[in-house]
Amino acid sequence: MKIFVCLKQVPDTEAKIKIKPDKSGIDPTGVKWVVNPYDEHAIEEAVKLREKNPGAQVWALSLGPKQRVVESLRTALAMGADEAIVINTDQDLDSQSTAKALAHVLRNEGAFDLILTGKLGIDDNQSSVTQMLSQFLECPHVNVVSKIQIEEGKALVERDIEGGSKELIEIPLPCVLGANKGLNMPRYASLPGIMKAKKKVIKEIELSSLGLTLNKLTTFSNFELPAEKPPVKFLTGDSSAQSIQLVQLLRDEAKVL
Amino acid sequence: MSKALVFVEVHKNAIKRSSLELLQFAKKSNLSVSAFMYGSSAPGLTEKAAQNGADEIHLFNSSTFDKYNSDLFQKAFLKVYEQTTPQFVLASASSIGNDLFPKVAAQLGVGVATDCTNLEIDGGTIKARKPLYSGKCTAEVTFASEKSSIVVMRANQLPVEEVSYNSSPKVITHSIDESGLRTLIKDIVKGTSEKLDLTEANIIVSGGRGLKEAGNFKLLQDLADVLGASVGASRAVVDAGWVPHNMQVGQTGKTVAPSLYIAVGVSGAIQHLAGMTGSKVIVAINTDPNAPIFQKATYGIVGDALEIVPKLTEEFKKAMS
Repeated sequence: MKIFVCLKQVPDTEAKIKIKPDKSGIDPTGVKWVVNPYDEHAIEEAVKLREKNPGAQVWALSLGPKQRVVESLRTALAMGADEAIVINTDQDLDSQSTAKALAHVLRNEGAFDLILTGKLGIDDNQSSVTQMLSQFLECPHVNVVSKIQIEEGKALVERDIEGGSKELIEIPLPCVLGANKGLNMPRYASLPGIMKAKKKVIKEIELSSLGLTLNKLTTFSNFELPAEKPPVKFLTGDSSAQSIQLVQLLRDEAKVL
Repeated sequence: MSKALVFVEVHKNAIKRSSLELLQFAKKSNLSVSAFMYGSSAPGLTEKAAQNGADEIHLFNSSTFDKYNSDLFQKAFLKVYEQTTPQFVLASASSIGNDLFPKVAAQLGVGVATDCTNLEIDGGTIKARKPLYSGKCTAEVTFASEKSSIVVMRANQLPVEEVSYNSSPKVITHSIDESGLRTLIKDIVKGTSEKLDLTEANIIVSGGRGLKEAGNFKLLQDLADVLGASVGASRAVVDAGWVPHNMQVGQTGKTVAPSLYIAVGVSGAIQHLAGMTGSKVIVAINTDPNAPIFQKATYGIVGDALEIVPKLTEEFKKAMS
């Protein structure tokens, strides 16, 4: 069984976002880069499946500037992935170009049984690469998955939908599954794991060597920070007085009731 | 006249508010509006869709469409897309919209922008804006393809008015080969809550560690019931196992933008703020006057949530009756 985990490196959730003066993007100065939180669940699930299926292999795959992206791949290796590949590029790709490049490399790497991703990247929130990979690889997908059970040639998965409801879906292998937070609890890398990951050779592929025509179909521009909010209006008096005031303000001033 | 194809979703035998937003928006933007409708309750709702702006309705009334299957919906949508050749495809950022349209975009080789909060269409040009980094900033999305642009809009971002655009819609009923679907929906397990999903709710009451223990979420439920609100939570209490993950608001949970967001005992970690600053009015209740949540709040109450919430519930009850 060969499992690929596609992961994205994103600014840490605690990162403060600043905009470049020309508004063309965010200012990366001082940003701490981490594995996209949902992708950590994908890594964890892959490693757990390998533990249950002796002989299985877990490969981590990522795309971006290799200087920083390899750090996230080393996190995946430290958590238990066997091998890692980086597609090196400084280009700012849209979801479709990213999915195309990932799909191309996945095909070149030979047969796979399962591709795991995170349900979305917390940076652009596009929630697209999982489905696009499925399209380009011509295998089915389920996104927003909170349970995976592998059986002979197929998987039984739970997909989270609105209102806490779940769809129980049967999907044949090979397929692409996008992890939601409820899937598992990602492990902390062990010290021996971290040491081993440091020594591991990460396979490097230049995006430009793949011979792909990658047209940018969507472009993000004119970045803005949210408008500053006016200062908070603190309500005074005891809790009864505060409650009465609040209801009045919401009804008569804010008009949201 | 430019054409729009709107993906119309139905919930409990009514067209979802988020879909009405899109139909009305498309009509007001002087587009020729085609609606994609599906499922066994859709035939009864075509008139409603027409009133809200649909000039033409493409209907898949087979009950197979009552459950979402990505292969089935992709195939059906493509059929209508090819017949209508729309310049703009509009859908809502629901569990179906988010899943289907990136895949449709990949198949067609056209651009898709998901989770948008602003949309303008003027003649043949489209301008969308979406939050990035869960709302820590926003960016404009521009599309390169001449063929089509696909925009998936977050709910509650566009107005819905009492309108009556068309009275007798042109309905085209379709069917497709339903065999060969690769995935199979075996069952749907209903969530415990009958309320609107956080991403669609107009009022949200959200709780954090200041509630002191899991059992006290009951107080928020009572408040939410009075307001017709949905209940959310901070990451801290989700990680502590007080409430399930589907209630989490923030960068690793749900990004929400209701008219009213009441944060109870939530300190306001940057990743929580990222998920809710799009709310129109924010009320914060916290014992610590320096809690970061107050920097984003419209109205603040410094005090003990356990004391204030029951009183608020009583006051709202009076005001809403």
